[in-house]
Amino acid sequence: MQELSFANKLSRFITSWFFLMLVWIAFTSTYATQELLTGAFVSGIIAMFSVPFFTCCDLSLFHPVKIAYMIWFLIVFIKALILSNFDVAKRVISPALPINPGIVEFKTQLKTNFGKMVLANSITLTPGTLTIDVIDDVFYIHWIDVQTTHPEEAFTHIAESFEKILLKIF
Amino acid sequence: MSTILQIIGGFLILVGSIFLFLGALGIYRMPDVYNRLQAGTKATTLGAMSLILGVGFLSPSWMMKALILIIFIAFSNPLSSHALARAMHIRGRFPKIYSNNAEEYDAYRKVEMSEKKEEVKS
Repeated sequence: MQELSFANKLSRFITSWFFLMLVWIAFTSTYATQELLTGAFVSGIIAMFSVPFFTCCDLSLFHPVKIAYMIWFLIVFIKALILSNFDVAKRVISPALPINPGIVEFKTQLKTNFGKMVLANSITLTPGTLTIDVIDDVFYIHWIDVQTTHPEEAFTHIAESFEKILLKIF
Repeated sequence: MSTILQIIGGFLILVGSIFLFLGALGIYRMPDVYNRLQAGTKATTLGAMSLILGVGFLSPSWMMKALILIIFIAFSNPLSSHALARAMHIRGRFPKIYSNNAEEYDAYRKVEMSEKKEEVKS
């Protein structure tokens, strides 16, 4: 693990603290002063100890453009999630069980581990695909209805709509 | 107002339970573990999300907790299915393939075992 500068550490600390505080407020569901103070204290301690481990995000995450892309990603993702459920429902209900399974591979351009994880999770929840493994930058995807085994064509079918948004964020 | 919330909540719970039922049906009908995971993961994710959101609508004081639960489910469900699928492949249970060209339809099989295992350590 590389040494971090103080500013970098502080930025990570503030980010973790912010998210922990959000979770705390959501769980207690009150704005009473003593609750908020306790929450700030506990979140502060946890964020302090977790600075070396939570490597995903720092303050650059709160750039307005990135936040706009995150909301856009959320919309695309929820749409894909609902579509995928209807897709699975259609396949399960139809008597002939129309599946043609197989495993395909493709490369991604994402660099950070967190970005790859988000992409892999999104792929799992989109129609007919399930991430089996990520080795370096190669994704192995189980596809319930294989249309092409060519890596680049598979990429345009499965991941392109997510990746081009994620590249803007991470 | 509360009647509207109750109607929305009840509808969401109904939708959630329908999707959970379809997921269970999928696990029963699909031929091998990967396809079962496909059906299971997607249906249970949206099903559980919708059900929890419905509970949140029925008693609005739990809404924030419900949202936190939904975020946790959205992160943990795909991860667990990925771990199961990967473990099955490393154990040598290859997916069922209807095409004649089995090698081409299973890109993960050509990855060396050492490479797969190495990922576990790092």
